[in-house]
Amino acid sequence: MISITSDPIDVSSALTLLQSDQAGAIDFFLGMVRDNTQQRSVDHLEYEAYDRMAISEMSKIVEQARERWTILECVVVHRKGTLRVGEIAVLIGVSTPHRADSFDACRYIIDTIKQTVPIWKKEVFTDGETWVNAHP
Amino acid sequence: MNTQISVLLFGITRDLTGQSAVALPLSEGARVGDLLDSLYTQFPDLARIRSMMVAVNGEYAEPDQALFASDEVALIPPVSGG
Repeated sequence: MISITSDPIDVSSALTLLQSDQAGAIDFFLGMVRDNTQQRSVDHLEYEAYDRMAISEMSKIVEQARERWTILECVVVHRKGTLRVGEIAVLIGVSTPHRADSFDACRYIIDTIKQTVPIWKKEVFTDGETWVNAHP
Repeated sequence: MNTQISVLLFGITRDLTGQSAVALPLSEGARVGDLLDSLYTQFPDLARIRSMMVAVNGEYAEPDQALFASDEVALIPPVSGG
């Protein structure tokens, strides 16, 4: 399942989707909202997505992962809107027969999402704001 | 005939222009690179962003891709998801 949501991400419902009798391993990556960036204090983050393209780019990444590793189930959920410190911004979950594949596939999916998926993060500090990676 | 094409704007490009979409004139045979040039002319601040990409109908496009008025075009500044 691949989705973009304005609602808080629910880890336990993702776990339910990943469970399989063939699974010997389930690996999760949770991207969290941290309270600082380079010693600047973060008040909150604002995520914006080009939903249609973000979903299709994430689908491509999951397909690539399925070609490289034996994946039973895969869940990718990205949050958008305003996020507070401590909230989950992104969840990647992978179930596989053996653990090495679930670690590797999970890492591949999050690393590639950060490179190609049209989602943008604005860090709102207590003393200013900036679009991450995009500042002229 | 005065054909126009609409360009969706996100993130820093929306903040810099103050708009979530702009309509630009589309001349016959225009390509993605031509559209970027006219955007940069109208909004010089956008030209300061490095690694700007363009998506056509939800797919990353090369500068030489031809454009049609029915295309959904979006400006894709450097992404920062995750």
